[in-house]
Amino acid sequence: MVGILEDKDRIFLNLYGLQDWGLEGARKRGCWNATKAMLDAGPDWIITNVKNSGLRGRGGAGFGTGLKWSFMPKEVKEGRPHYLVVNADESEPGTCKDREIMRHDPHLLIEGCLIASFAMQAHACYIYIRGEYVREREVLEAAIKQAYEAKLIGRNNVHGWDFDLFVHHGGGAYICGEETALLESLEGKKGQPRLKPPFPAGAGLYGCPTTVNNVESIAVVGTILRRGAEWFAGFGRPNNTGTKLFCVSGHVNKPCNVEEAMSIPFRQLIDDHCGGIRGGWGNLKAVIPGGSSVRMIPAHEAEEVLMDFDALSALKSGLGTAAVIVMDKDTDLIKAIARLAYFYKHESCGQCTPCREGTGWMWRVMERMVTGEADPKEIDTLLDVASQVEGHTICALGDAAAWPIQGLFRHFRHEVEDRISLYRANRPHVQGAKLVAAE
Amino acid sequence: MPKAKVNGVEVEFEPGMTVLQVAELAGEEIPRFCYHERLSIAGNCRMCLVEVKPGPPKPQASCALPAAENQEIFTNTPMVKKAREGVMEFLLINHPLDCPICDQGGECDLQDQAMGYGRDDSRYAENKRAVEEKHMGPLIKTVMTRCIQCTRCVRFITEVAGVPEIGLISRGEDVEITTYLGAAVTSELSGNVNDLCPVGALTHRPWAFNYRPWELKKTQSIDVMDALGSAIRVDSRGAQVLRVLPRINDDINEEWLSDKSRYAVDGLSRQRLDRPMVKVGGKLKPATWGEAFAAVAGKIKATSPDRIGVIAGDLQDAESMKAALDLFGGLGVTSLDCRQDGSGLGQGARESWLFNSTIAGIEQADVLLLVGTNPRLEAPVLNARLRRQWLAGKLTIGVIGEQADLTYAYEYLGAGAASLNGLAKSRSRFAEAFKAAANPAVIVGANASAGALKAAAAVAKTYGVVRDGWNGWNVLHSAAARVGGLDLGFVPKAGGKSAADLTAKGGADVLFLLGADELDLSKTDAFVVYLGTHGDAGAHRADVILPGAAYTEKNGLYVNTEGRVQMAERAVFPKGEAREDWAILRALSEHLDAKLPYDSLEQLRAKLFADHPTFGQIDHAPGSIPAGLDLGTIGAGEGGEAPLTSAVKAFHLTNPIARASVTMAECAALASGAARHAAE
Repeated sequence: MVGILEDKDRIFLNLYGLQDWGLEGARKRGCWNATKAMLDAGPDWIITNVKNSGLRGRGGAGFGTGLKWSFMPKEVKEGRPHYLVVNADESEPGTCKDREIMRHDPHLLIEGCLIASFAMQAHACYIYIRGEYVREREVLEAAIKQAYEAKLIGRNNVHGWDFDLFVHHGGGAYICGEETALLESLEGKKGQPRLKPPFPAGAGLYGCPTTVNNVESIAVVGTILRRGAEWFAGFGRPNNTGTKLFCVSGHVNKPCNVEEAMSIPFRQLIDDHCGGIRGGWGNLKAVIPGGSSVRMIPAHEAEEVLMDFDALSALKSGLGTAAVIVMDKDTDLIKAIARLAYFYKHESCGQCTPCREGTGWMWRVMERMVTGEADPKEIDTLLDVASQVEGHTICALGDAAAWPIQGLFRHFRHEVEDRISLYRANRPHVQGAKLVAAE
Repeated sequence: MPKAKVNGVEVEFEPGMTVLQVAELAGEEIPRFCYHERLSIAGNCRMCLVEVKPGPPKPQASCALPAAENQEIFTNTPMVKKAREGVMEFLLINHPLDCPICDQGGECDLQDQAMGYGRDDSRYAENKRAVEEKHMGPLIKTVMTRCIQCTRCVRFITEVAGVPEIGLISRGEDVEITTYLGAAVTSELSGNVNDLCPVGALTHRPWAFNYRPWELKKTQSIDVMDALGSAIRVDSRGAQVLRVLPRINDDINEEWLSDKSRYAVDGLSRQRLDRPMVKVGGKLKPATWGEAFAAVAGKIKATSPDRIGVIAGDLQDAESMKAALDLFGGLGVTSLDCRQDGSGLGQGARESWLFNSTIAGIEQADVLLLVGTNPRLEAPVLNARLRRQWLAGKLTIGVIGEQADLTYAYEYLGAGAASLNGLAKSRSRFAEAFKAAANPAVIVGANASAGALKAAAAVAKTYGVVRDGWNGWNVLHSAAARVGGLDLGFVPKAGGKSAADLTAKGGADVLFLLGADELDLSKTDAFVVYLGTHGDAGAHRADVILPGAAYTEKNGLYVNTEGRVQMAERAVFPKGEAREDWAILRALSEHLDAKLPYDSLEQLRAKLFADHPTFGQIDHAPGSIPAGLDLGTIGAGEGGEAPLTSAVKAFHLTNPIARASVTMAECAALASGAARHAAE
């Protein structure tokens, strides 16, 4: 058997786009089956079952989806409608799971939107799709059209819950994947994160109660309810249950997207689905296990780790979006992290001070470390700057910018020191850091 | 009331307060850049970080965090100190080290807080960021490299001033504050962003490189550029007034000030009358005080009192008007007028010409009718208050008069008095709301004719604007001296002529202008005596000029539109041979053999308070205790068909000081579209 998850237990049966993405195909795969019965069972039944399934948000933070839904007010107040917003602004480097759902299995998402909206008493749902996802948007919009025409959603639909679904095409800013920046952008403003509290469940889109969920979190809901919370909870370890889409990239023989059970050993994931590490396991250097925003783990830790939230956070990393970036011994880790530092500097919204000023500073120092021009004492300065950014910002982008750098120095500080020594060894005249005139 | 602990000290606080406010209650000062009491919360500078228990194990932005019962707040722990030092370091890495040439130096929040949280050296070895200068008009000087992106200016212009013309563009470390396509800011309150800027990014362009704040003498005084009587601080060096800044007065201007009040001060050093002058052979020639007094006294003595007219201007202090009243009243002159604009106010009860709801009290009003007034031009600070109420959804506004951009939405109900008469029977949305209002209010422009006043008062009566415990009848004056003049009875006595009649051809033989410049003097054939400060309309036509003192050069009482008596303080001495106005009148009285019975300002004030007790109630707004008012006695005659217009046509040019100001001329040219400022 390959992997842990059997084919019969996969939720995303058309992950690779080999079948029809349309309504016909989706129905054949079980989508839209018994949706009415789920709605008839009532919002409490849905939320309880999603809670029992142990589904944790698939966008990176891993907050319990059912719990998040239960934060919404029970009663809809006059003039304050509830909203569901689906975060399809998938921009995390290394992550490419939501786009596969949207272009190959859009009806799972649409069905999930209907169920989740009903559970939170929302009559309108917005899908905020990343600016670069043009084809994905086209498929998603076509699928929504199909659903409207089949009266699955819309006014007076067959499910008896008036429900409108809108797709909003973003401008392509990474920060708009942060839930409150996404709401700002959706309202037509500049995509800058809001202060919390108030949380979106209290005052979100247009000041009304709102829940923001990741595409994958919503798309799995229909199948969870169809097959039962126990079925979903049966995969993985306690508190890390269910199936998960892994996006494996980097130095493996066959990079791929694959749906697997949670808590699958990293080794099994790579061996069974990706044809092993390029050059064999002995060639593995480090792994970024959850998209660019988490700290990397070195080979010896990666070989033993289980791919789930708790196991990875015990290693001071995280599952994030489960975008596994594998790096073998050919990789210039310093350069890789410098590139990520540039990414965060480029994507910082500029609203709050530590992130605005700190990301650029960190990137510039990292660039000098790549060449070895930096001064050895700048390593500690850099880590100090990273700690001054981390936890001091409005949103989590500051943390996300600091963590890759912290991960690098946690495990590979000696490489940076070697690089600096090497640079100096060939240039005996170098004294201290290179001085640049402030012109 | 809920309780919280700040550094172990228990304090009670009002529900809804933020952690920052609670810490301030406990006497802990929290450093901040973006937070400002009168603006929305941005929470972006991260300087106000504190530690809060219960809460996550990381510092929290205290400005944005609601305080909670039994919360423990720590402002002095190592974590807090390190966090603030980190933020300060980030703010400074891209901030230029140009304090020695920066106008903000000495009153810079960044400079001050860097003393507490800065490092002695920099760890930042990269190049500093440079940002292109932005053009924001003649009042705001920008050095955008200094900007720390706190967005106070953006929030002020958007929320308070109501002209969303400043914004933050780009992202990350490339963010820049700019105006749309580099156009000048069109707000009448734009100067306040210079005060709000915590660093030297936005500074006062008209005063650039003119002073250091620590070398200025600071005098607390009262503004006279409009009739609100905003609290100001006059900063002077030697004989020159260099700048005017707002003081906090929540009853009137909160902490804002209009651009005219702030930047017209360069007019105090230009076009000044600094010596007496007498016309000889058709030309004004410098003269001694004795010669000037002799010329005036000779003419007045030779003229019958009913052929003498006295007109008081818009910037006069109450004392000089009182002295003029005593002097000329004693001579039997009946033609006295302080209403250069021909207003119909001044008869009947005092409440009929006051802003009865009070400026702060207008926030109690839920429906407001503006009649022949443009508060944005006549009293920009009051307009910001109206806008705030409207923005909060607490105020519905209707307008009769000019259809101008007031920075808030209103229902336009017509142009003239006919629309007023029609309102009583109207079924419009506004009329319905007006009928149902709990605290309906009317604001009438001070230049309204007697007929228009009657029509407005009739509407006010119909809708119950004056009721038990509420008086919503408000007159918005635009001249600082007007209410004081009306309170003194500086209006024609029986048989006397009004200002318009006096300045007509053959209207008077001797015309005594007490700083009156807003008149058409082209027709008059009288002998004109001008007592005033500037070479403006009055001095142009004058036969004798008696140089007086401007508002920064004398102690004086001014009564604002609410009827609040306020004391202005002298900051500098009058120019050259000029004297304080009351002293000139006192000296003139001896030449007229009608010696005024006071030798000092104190004695004059004592007589003023005795004759007019309302002047003794310094800083008391009569409307704070709502008084009844018989609306039926206000105004007279028919309103006519003429459209009602605002008293202020060109905001920047309403008085002699502003007209002498180069800055105001530049602003006026920009406002009227005559000049275009390129974004260069």
